[in-house]
Amino acid sequence: MIEHAPVLLVVVPIVAASLPIVASIVTDRAGWPIAVLGLAVHTGLAGWLLVHVHTEGVVSTVLAGFEAPYGIELYVDGLSAVVVALVGVTSFGLLAYARKAQPRSNAFYAQYLLLVAGLTGMTVTGDVFNLYVFLEITGLAAYGLVATGRKGSSAVAALKYLLLGTIGASLYLLGVGYLLAATGTLNMEDLAEKIPEMAGYDSTLIVTAFGLIVGGLAVKVALFPVHTWQPDAYSRSPDTVSALISALVSTVSAYALARLLLSVFTVEFLTEVQLAQWGLLAVASISIVAGSALAVSQSDVQRMLAYSSVSQFGLVVAGFAIATPLAVVGATVHLIGHAIMKGGLFAATGIVRRKTGATTVSEYAGLGSRVPLGAGGFAVLAVAMVGVPPAVGFVGKWYIVIGAVEAEIWPVVAVVLASTLLTLAYFARLIERLYFAEGEPIETATESEQPLADGSGEVSFGMKAVVVAAAVLTVALAAAVPIYEPTLTETLPQLL
Amino acid sequence: MIDLLLTRYNYYATMLLLGIGLYMLVESENLVKKVIGMNIFQTGIFLFFISLAYVDGASAPIVDKGSEVGQHVSPLPHVLILTAIVVGVALTAVALALVIRIYAEYGTLNETTIKELDHD
Repeated sequence: MIEHAPVLLVVVPIVAASLPIVASIVTDRAGWPIAVLGLAVHTGLAGWLLVHVHTEGVVSTVLAGFEAPYGIELYVDGLSAVVVALVGVTSFGLLAYARKAQPRSNAFYAQYLLLVAGLTGMTVTGDVFNLYVFLEITGLAAYGLVATGRKGSSAVAALKYLLLGTIGASLYLLGVGYLLAATGTLNMEDLAEKIPEMAGYDSTLIVTAFGLIVGGLAVKVALFPVHTWQPDAYSRSPDTVSALISALVSTVSAYALARLLLSVFTVEFLTEVQLAQWGLLAVASISIVAGSALAVSQSDVQRMLAYSSVSQFGLVVAGFAIATPLAVVGATVHLIGHAIMKGGLFAATGIVRRKTGATTVSEYAGLGSRVPLGAGGFAVLAVAMVGVPPAVGFVGKWYIVIGAVEAEIWPVVAVVLASTLLTLAYFARLIERLYFAEGEPIETATESEQPLADGSGEVSFGMKAVVVAAAVLTVALAAAVPIYEPTLTETLPQLL
Repeated sequence: MIDLLLTRYNYYATMLLLGIGLYMLVESENLVKKVIGMNIFQTGIFLFFISLAYVDGASAPIVDKGSEVGQHVSPLPHVLILTAIVVGVALTAVALALVIRIYAEYGTLNETTIKELDHD
């Protein structure tokens, strides 16, 4: 019974994605109910799978009767189960936000569901080529969603995202080609066995494949210096889309990177080829520092949040690259925690913009009392992101630091600790503006005191609920970490 | 050494296509040319996979009774590239749709001009 869950998790949103288009013949308001129904089923399945993996262990399904390693295998362990659950809960929850926000056409929800299908597929697959296909499905849906913004600049941002994203995915595909040439297989488990057997970890072929795959996925994750698509894509898309893609798209790409690192190349590869590990750690560390520095210098709040993601994903990748059990737990926790916090932050900026028209740091001055819920949610999530206990942001960083100390990689310890200060640097100035700065009546803010003419000024109950739920989850998730930790370490035998 | 250079020309072609595609994508000011560059880049990868499948003197992989290993080229990379071509077509379609919308909004396809218009 349970072995059908990973298949259904992909099939349900794909089938649901085609329905709004068909329904357009009758009505143009069918998108939302269909999405709610489809994603409710999806989230239920994801929850069931997570509980099953927690109690019984790994779930593996072979598709169409072709035995692995020849056929495509779907493989769900502690790492993928929690990411699938994140995809389900976040995309389902954000529908509450999307209800009253623009755009809400049938085509929009079709793309929304397609994105969920792609993300889920990337997470549950156990085949490196299958991962490429889902990577491109996710990409196509995300490019389309970014372009749903009303301004021309959102189309420019989408095209930039498309061009860079395609290069990233293509480099990944080239890396898969190198692996295929070295081993003749595409199944992840099989690759992990055959790489040392047939080629050896330090062969040029394997090291090149590693470089291409990491390089390609780094574009999708948006690590420095290949992050340039990301600030435009996040800040120029509609509110629902920026919350959705900032929470999920890069997160699942980072998951894919971790999956390749831990399940295909394995920890032995990292210990044997020190160059690979140090290279990855260097990229991650530079990303942490450069992302924070860029975030501090932004005047637009959404762009600041986007650069903050560059920095936070540096932290996640650093955790996976350290590859001790504690660091991997930390990286996974931060991966999930960051998704919730960043999605919530983007949702909160949407509320603030709708109420007051404020989009820049200086315009946020004194808004604490005018938009209590939006500003309060923003402040709580920002503090959680900095890593103040008991929020989940603290737990993730704590585990990563302990992991780095254990592995005695001191430069990374220093960078991760410094990253907390750097995160504080850009969030503190905003919180200071919100609550302690004089509320100078900024022109744009006063003008748009009334709801914007096109109806995009209304703030629905669902929008507020999303921000509150994100803030509550950041604390609740921290409490769930000790329950989750054994699930991850026990189902990832490669870790030990 | 000469032999190695002469018999591996398809891999040089791959690298050349990747280089040309990437250069066009980065350097060209015209958005449509950027999309063409992206296509050339992908074509390089298609050629790489098809080269992988090649077996000297072998036939197309239509397996008959009594076929042996080495008689056929590997069908797996062909199948993968068939999928990748479909993905490429979809990407090009979306990219061109975006280009049309950008042209309608800005009246130009020049990247620098669009940037200037955005800042005004």
